[in-house]
Amino acid sequence: MEPINVVTSIMTPLDRKNVDTDQIISKEFLKRIERTGFGKYLFYHWRFDSEGKANTDFVLNDSRFEGSQILVADENFGCGSSREHAPWAILDYGFRVVIAPGFADIFYNNCFKNGILPIRLTQNEIDSLLADGQKIPVELTVNLEKQTVTRKDTGAILPFNIDPYSRQMLLNGWDEISLTFQYEDQIAAYEERMAR
Amino acid sequence: MVKTIIEKVWDRHVVTEEEGKPDLLYIDLHLLHEVTSPQAFEGLRLAGRKVRRPERCYATMDHNVPTRNIETVSDPTAQKQMTTLEKNCEEFGIELAHMTHPDQGIVHIIGPELGLTQPGRTIVCGDSHTSTHGAFGAIAFGIGTSEVEHVLSTQTLWQNRPKTMEVKIFGKLGTGVTAKDVILAVIAKFGIDVGTGHIIEFTGEAIRNLSMEERMTICNMSIEAGAKAGLISPDETTVEYLRGRRHVPDGEEFEAVAAEWLSLATDEGAVYDTTLTLDAAAIEPYVTWGTNPAMGTGISGHVPYASDYASPSDKEALKKAITYMGLEEGMPLSDISIQHVFIGSCTNARLSDLRAAAAIVEGQHVHPSVTAIVVPGSRSVKRLAEQEGLDEVFKAAGFEWRESGCSMCLAMNDDVVPAGERCASTSNRNFEGRQGAGARTHLVSPAMAAAAAIAGRFTDIRKVPVLQD
Repeated sequence: MEPINVVTSIMTPLDRKNVDTDQIISKEFLKRIERTGFGKYLFYHWRFDSEGKANTDFVLNDSRFEGSQILVADENFGCGSSREHAPWAILDYGFRVVIAPGFADIFYNNCFKNGILPIRLTQNEIDSLLADGQKIPVELTVNLEKQTVTRKDTGAILPFNIDPYSRQMLLNGWDEISLTFQYEDQIAAYEERMAR
Repeated sequence: MVKTIIEKVWDRHVVTEEEGKPDLLYIDLHLLHEVTSPQAFEGLRLAGRKVRRPERCYATMDHNVPTRNIETVSDPTAQKQMTTLEKNCEEFGIELAHMTHPDQGIVHIIGPELGLTQPGRTIVCGDSHTSTHGAFGAIAFGIGTSEVEHVLSTQTLWQNRPKTMEVKIFGKLGTGVTAKDVILAVIAKFGIDVGTGHIIEFTGEAIRNLSMEERMTICNMSIEAGAKAGLISPDETTVEYLRGRRHVPDGEEFEAVAAEWLSLATDEGAVYDTTLTLDAAAIEPYVTWGTNPAMGTGISGHVPYASDYASPSDKEALKKAITYMGLEEGMPLSDISIQHVFIGSCTNARLSDLRAAAAIVEGQHVHPSVTAIVVPGSRSVKRLAEQEGLDEVFKAAGFEWRESGCSMCLAMNDDVVPAGERCASTSNRNFEGRQGAGARTHLVSPAMAAAAAIAGRFTDIRKVPVLQD
């Protein structure tokens, strides 16, 4: 997993609540057995019409946001299915950070396993980012070490919380399974205790 | 100290807890299917790792399986995914109920049937509807593929301790009101993300009176309220369901484990972080009108007006949803015509669901403009239903009687609702495109779906003659 600390980029404003993982990656793309190559299917049915032509009014097709690494959306992002294909598609498309007032639990967890930083900001902060970011592209600098999001336009520094464990995992790009193997003795002892 | 069942089961599974870290939680049972596991097994292979406890894993094929002509899978990518699962299970020594195996079925239906699902267990699966198993008083939750790989190699997961929430349904349900209506009402009333960060325990007289199959319907859709998991304290109903099942001990040993299961129930006076209550008598048969499971109301109701909402973003969400759904503000739900009926899914494809639907359609005929299918949740459900002659009731009424699988709930196989067409579905999600690109899904109970199949539109099941006898 690629470590993540500072990301500076134009933000992509996705002004929607309750974006479910069925929208992030539709079921017809779940049949592949690889982890990579899902980026071209991200938000497929919002990005393209039934003939495969780009929907020009969808934000991912707006050239002002091309190359963006930060996605900003409204509350309860990533609800629904547990499919990790959703964060895989987000990452493969080029996003490293997703910012929202809140996330669904499984999606939130899945982000950390893939080097994506999910950030919770307040509803007011998000409302303002979404409103401003749709008018004129807004550049953000995300700093995981310092736990801040900085707006280039206003200079506002928005602090965020993240649990220390997930922060360490992302900063170091650690493989969680290798880390858990260090607890082999405790796991074996637990199993022995339960077998009695 | 008095505790909730959530705390009792969680505490028993903590392998280690350290300052600044989530708990390392032991996983008793790991269920697998073809869609979310291939990358996890590949990860093991690449790192030269083994499956730590293959006997704690159980796999089946459900998401992709055809429900007609099960010998041939038309989509080569789907076929490859299933072949991959077969190879992985063989290589790593995991028991598999493959596509034509007598125990095959939707993973959340066969776990309880086989007695793999038991009170007090921690159960995970790479599928969000793993919450179903909570009906037995297990902590059961969906995980992503990286976590599938983590459980395969370590039999544990790092998990932050969730908060506890009680959802109490007091009083008695009215005639024609089912478990599905209860959970849809809970989600509509309290919101699609009310459970985020919490495990919900469902309590109250109305919950106690439910059968195990009905309890599974409730817990199944906890995830649609955003909960980490949903569960119900075990009682005699739980014990009697499990007695005699294949993976459950028998004789004296059964009585001993049963006593242990019952002791897991939430203690009198235990306190939850949050408690929500709902009056069972106020719940009507539900129909969703929108594009998430919280967008629903009782059958006597109508599609909301934008003026019903205060915030501009809620007004906008309503507009987007009804545009997608092809509905108008204020439209009565009983005016909505449907073209498809799907009776199936891990929410509502158990034997009692099929019986409830069959009771409505018996002697009737599917409306000429409706295509209706029944997809039993497992091969076992299918066999039992056929022994009772339910298949004949459905077929005589013009339903198609299919093989078991996830089918039209998420339309990964050939069972797809065409764009712009409307389906009364007993499944769990009405998201845009869920049953096919452009398809419009309305979530209902099996009886409501059956009544809609006959009438060609939504109709109040409480007014259907069979229920009045």
